[in-house]
Amino acid sequence: MPSPLISIPTINTASRSPRPQQLFASLMLLGLLALPLQGGAQTSAGAAGATLTGTLKKIQDSGEITLGVRESSAPLSFTTGAEKYTGYHVELCLAVVENLKRQIARPALKVKMLPVTSQNRIALMENGTIDLECGSTTNNLARQKQVAFGLTTFVTEVRTAVRANSGINSIAQLNGRNLATTTGTTSVQTLRKHERANNIDFKEIYGKDHADSFLLLESGRADAFVMDDNILAGLIANAKNPKDFAIVGEVLSVEPIALMLRRDDPAMKKLVDDSIREQIKSGALEKLYARWFTSPIPPRNNNVGLPMGATLKSLLAAPNDRPMEDYVKK
Amino acid sequence: MTFEWQVLLQDTGAGERYLDWLLSAWGWTLAVSACAWVLACACGALIGVLRTLPGWWRSLGTLWVEGFRNIPLLVQLFLWYHVLPALMPALRELSGFMLVVLALGLFTSARVAEQVRAGIESLPRGQRLAAQALGLRLPQVYRHVLLPQALRLALPPLTSEAMSIIKNSSVAFAVSVSELTLFAMQAQEETSRGVEIYLAVTALYVISAFVINRLLLTLEQRLRLPGATA
Repeated sequence: MPSPLISIPTINTASRSPRPQQLFASLMLLGLLALPLQGGAQTSAGAAGATLTGTLKKIQDSGEITLGVRESSAPLSFTTGAEKYTGYHVELCLAVVENLKRQIARPALKVKMLPVTSQNRIALMENGTIDLECGSTTNNLARQKQVAFGLTTFVTEVRTAVRANSGINSIAQLNGRNLATTTGTTSVQTLRKHERANNIDFKEIYGKDHADSFLLLESGRADAFVMDDNILAGLIANAKNPKDFAIVGEVLSVEPIALMLRRDDPAMKKLVDDSIREQIKSGALEKLYARWFTSPIPPRNNNVGLPMGATLKSLLAAPNDRPMEDYVKK
Repeated sequence: MTFEWQVLLQDTGAGERYLDWLLSAWGWTLAVSACAWVLACACGALIGVLRTLPGWWRSLGTLWVEGFRNIPLLVQLFLWYHVLPALMPALRELSGFMLVVLALGLFTSARVAEQVRAGIESLPRGQRLAAQALGLRLPQVYRHVLLPQALRLALPPLTSEAMSIIKNSSVAFAVSVSELTLFAMQAQEETSRGVEIYLAVTALYVISAFVINRLLLTLEQRLRLPGATA
């Protein structure tokens, strides 16, 4: 049940930007102030709920939106230091936020960015700490039981990074080697299945984040680092000497990556999807992609050099939000 | 909120169940803790004695205790894992397991040393003087008079250190030892059933620490000095 505390910002903010429905709601509230507090709160929530629901209402009530971002998922979502976050999905999110501001008539909406990790992003979405995640989350069936995803805006292929002088160029050569991956990601599951099917045996080492896993590869503790190709490309682009590393071998799996939002929230889902469609139609999304994947990016002005693949191109022609499992069947 | 405990029976993809992985992770937690505890007791007893000796031995002991006690455990672990091997190539041969045993064992040794020192210093001065008056040399004073009493007095605080080492062993996840905390972080992501996974891991930590507590309590009662209240 909504507490009286939540209804108070509704009155204040409604008086700042008087739209007819909100004016009506606040007038109703004023009229009801004579009633006992509990009853008044219930009625106010009912009046505001007629216009907005779920996340949109939460954002309107609080006057702020919290975006979940990543520390080191370059070039999708990463920090450039001093609590500043940027990247392909962060900018896409900001475009969604512009549409959201119009929809809830709150041009001065405060946008907060909160760094999340692979382990806590779903929990923080479920408990309302973040309202929209702009990271590198794979849309799969297991996660769809807990959260929802926007239209697929990026497709990643799980591949292997090695040191260029190691002579490794296929998964089969990893037999008996140390293989790094990042704790709290699903790439290694694919690899385990591959391991069993091909009768090879390797040792898994888990880095605590992508930067740590890359350090394992760089320092020689691991012979290979298995992860989404865009993350590998981003890490290599920002390495001290990018030429020392190479992405090799077969594609282990194809994963659709999307913005993540709360489940069972049709209004928010429609807003996110409509914004993405608008970006695709106007060609803005393709430009955004080119900016982050085929041009120099901060902080070191390196180029990731990952042109748009065939899967994503066909997705932009016919956008959908199908989970990873659908890509296997194809 | 409904629990789906059958998540533990799911296949990880490598032909084993999450339950098997959980039990092996428990084994790693216990192995890290046990090895680190042996190292901590051996070094701790020695350094604790040094801290009660006269002269530069005492300074050496103080340096050891303050060094290991004043640097956060996780930072020490990263020093062992990322920094020291860059300076000393020999360390590169050591596995993550050995490095975490070194880091956790030496960190805890500083704490054990303080308990041993406190035990020795809590004995009446007359004990040491009487032993010396009997003509015992310093090592004999410690071996026959001081340590048999001091170690018994140190046992109750050491019980709590032994329980701490189980809990502190969770830092091993950061250097890729496949123990309970790493299992929890990885398995909850793979299965999307974080609540069940974390509850199972919590239960195993509680059981481990509780069993240690009971075992050492029994030991305390057996070894208690007649007439001592500690």
